[in-house]
Amino acid sequence: MKVAGLSTLPPGRRATFSERLGGPLLLLAAVALAIFLLLPLGALLLGAIRDDAGAFGLARFAEFAATPGMATAVWNTLWVALAVTAITVPLAFVYAYAIERACLPLRGLWRIIGLSALLGPSLVGAIAFIQWFGTQGVLKAWLGETSVYGPVGIVMATVYASFPHALMILVVALATADGRLYEAADALSASRWRKFVTVTLPGARYGLISAALVVFAYSVSEFGIPKVIGGNFQVLAVEIYVQVVGQHNFGRGAVVALLLLLPVLLAFVIDWHLQRRQQSGLTARAVPYRPRPDWRRDLPLLFYCLLLTTAMLGVLGMAAYTSLVRFWPYNLELSLDHYVYGLAEAGVLDAWLNSLRIAGLTALLGTPFVFFTAWLLEKGQGGPAGLRPLVRALAALPMGVPGLVLGIGYILFFNGPDNPLNGLYHTLTIMVIATIVHFYTPCHLTAVTALKGIDREFEAVSASLKVSPFVTLWRVTLPVCLPAVLEIARYLFINAMTTVSALVFLYSPETLPASVAILNLDEAGELGPAAAMATLIVLTSATISLLYSLVTHLLFRRHQAWRQGQR
Amino acid sequence: MNLKHIVRSLAVAGFALAAALPAHADKTVLNVYTALETDQLKAYQEAFNKSHPDIEIKWTRDSTGIITAKLLAEKAKPAADVIMGVAASSMVVFDREKMLQPYAPANLKALNPRFRSAGATPTWVGMDVWGAAICYNVAEMQKQGLPRIESWKDLLKPEFKGKIVMPNPNSSGTGFLDVTAWLQMFGEKAGWDYMDKLHENIAVYTHSGSKPCVMAGAGEFPVGIAFEYRANTVRAKGAPIDIIFPKEGLGWDMESIAIVKGTAKLEAAKKLSDWATTREANELYAKNFAVVAMPGIATRLKYVPADYEQRLVKNDFEWMGKNRDAILAEWQKRYSTKSEPKK
Repeated sequence: MKVAGLSTLPPGRRATFSERLGGPLLLLAAVALAIFLLLPLGALLLGAIRDDAGAFGLARFAEFAATPGMATAVWNTLWVALAVTAITVPLAFVYAYAIERACLPLRGLWRIIGLSALLGPSLVGAIAFIQWFGTQGVLKAWLGETSVYGPVGIVMATVYASFPHALMILVVALATADGRLYEAADALSASRWRKFVTVTLPGARYGLISAALVVFAYSVSEFGIPKVIGGNFQVLAVEIYVQVVGQHNFGRGAVVALLLLLPVLLAFVIDWHLQRRQQSGLTARAVPYRPRPDWRRDLPLLFYCLLLTTAMLGVLGMAAYTSLVRFWPYNLELSLDHYVYGLAEAGVLDAWLNSLRIAGLTALLGTPFVFFTAWLLEKGQGGPAGLRPLVRALAALPMGVPGLVLGIGYILFFNGPDNPLNGLYHTLTIMVIATIVHFYTPCHLTAVTALKGIDREFEAVSASLKVSPFVTLWRVTLPVCLPAVLEIARYLFINAMTTVSALVFLYSPETLPASVAILNLDEAGELGPAAAMATLIVLTSATISLLYSLVTHLLFRRHQAWRQGQR
Repeated sequence: MNLKHIVRSLAVAGFALAAALPAHADKTVLNVYTALETDQLKAYQEAFNKSHPDIEIKWTRDSTGIITAKLLAEKAKPAADVIMGVAASSMVVFDREKMLQPYAPANLKALNPRFRSAGATPTWVGMDVWGAAICYNVAEMQKQGLPRIESWKDLLKPEFKGKIVMPNPNSSGTGFLDVTAWLQMFGEKAGWDYMDKLHENIAVYTHSGSKPCVMAGAGEFPVGIAFEYRANTVRAKGAPIDIIFPKEGLGWDMESIAIVKGTAKLEAAKKLSDWATTREANELYAKNFAVVAMPGIATRLKYVPADYEQRLVKNDFEWMGKNRDAILAEWQKRYSTKSEPKK
């Protein structure tokens, strides 16, 4: 950390023009992040504490508290999120354990299927669970007398949608362990259970907490799922939508958005603190733990993986099946009617093209911005004191801001009549910017990790050879970091393709994205076309992911051959 | 594959994406706010553009309640030029807020005089009537042994507990016309009493007026309180539903058109308003609705009875518009807070 700001210049040489450019450029990036992240959040805060007459006060909060049903909505949001966390994290933990700590065949396959929910919008799960467990569902009997429209449906669909997020964190947490601890435990003839409780769990505790916080935050801020499958069950995220889109009550929307922002932000601050403490987990002398085949452990875990992957494929499969059935549940003939008449003829297919455009632009513009900013932060120099910590904080903040909250902030800020950026409102550009900001943190972390992996000697050497740092960036740093850059592009593309939350407030009739179109189709009761659109999105994301694997594969062969030793 | 190639192909992809953005020709763009069904918009727009290729309609579509809220919220700086296919009861609200530009469309005299606002020059003109209908899934009726439905009161039978879907009047114009019809038919107190009991049987309140019938058609919930256009289309698609017109009478509202006061595109707005009152337009409405503004246009929807017009309740738009806020607030207070889904 400390090194970042220090000069790499040989003593006694003055910085050249291009070296001095780093500071101002980083400042520019900070200004951009401030305009598109801090100011909208500020507008949100102002909107919540100012009443219609413009006077400051907590009148809106009092009004909110007095609204009948709001206490119920807060309580519902909370207990559903807790239930989702309590179910998702153990499910994902065992799954990650099976992938990382057992000797299962087809390990890569389990991993891919485990992450498959990321390919589609969260609504895919909601639609599929309606089809499986709704009144006409094959598995309706499993729910007994309880209706799927309500908390049961919300919890099921949210568990499905948040599972890969928890899985990614837990796989990393379980990937490394000190083998010596297990050897010591074996030497003390500790039981299997004892080893698990005293060695494995403590080793993964930060990952567990982190996964729990991420899932909790996801559930609190998820809005598409309760909208589609929630029936009359009130939750805060939907309440924001009703206030802002349904009743155009932006002030009330801002209050609810703040209520949503606080727990999520808190969760991420806690997580961030824990992450910092985690650093000293593994020492240099640690021996990587390698699991040995053991059928008594592997067989049940294999069975578990089979069970979960069947369920997950069942969800995706049901969405695809729904999109192909002619008239559920009375005419189960397969046809492309929903694609042809429900989407193309009805003019909704444009939404898919819009989404492609948004996702393409988000990846094309977001990736260079994220990477260049991270490079300026890590490898550049100059700029006013305090600039670097500020940029780091700005880059970390989006993780703690739910998309819905960001979306309302954008309306309040950019729709203000006095705002010179008012022209951006309702354009494709603002949707692209909102998406980049919304998913900024993970991209930034990927870029920083890749950059930190490169020795600062490169910069020092090129500086003493009087080569411009930009040339070094282009010739050395960028090629070396190419896998990370591609990973960022893929991440931005897929998330832009599937996200609903921020965009639902920002689209205009011409820029309607596919994920929001699903929501509108569902609202009209058109579940078939909605499923068709969802399937299209999943296919698009899957294609991009495949393309990404192909390109990285080729790259590793051609460009990254030097990594072979490390891998 | 080297870095330059990748950058180059990415750039090419980017330009291709940018080029794919729709090009705008030199046309007058008219912002039209509407609550018409998505599947109706296309036909109206194509017919209008045949005679007025120089005007491009940009639709902003949402359900009646949401469009009404949007227009009211934008009152100070309206984004809409024309409001088309929005409930007369909402038009009355806009009129009271002085948001509408009085204009007598060319064909006004040819229309049934009931299809216009009062006053010398109307502020809004009706297009067609849309009214209540119940979609009842007969396949599920037999399977679950449910009783027949002939009247609104039949919906209160305990057998229907958790089997009925209806639109939320706060967002759906169809929901609002049901609620106002019950209040006008049964009287204020008896009307709310009726809804209290009905609430016990409702499984889900939806945001759109179409969804209840679609759900009934799919057997998700056997009874959907909807409107005749959607009932007719769902039935025509082959759903096993009966369309029921309760004998007490049917709530209804009028889809209508108005010009927003202060629009910069008044000429184009007038042209759309003129077109909306032509015989051609009325014939298009007649494909979707049983009762249209121009008298004498044969309108037989396959699954809607010929005497449909006689079944409509007496409706007072002024009363509906004046009490809109109060009715919706009362509804919200009574039924939206009880959030537990019923079994």
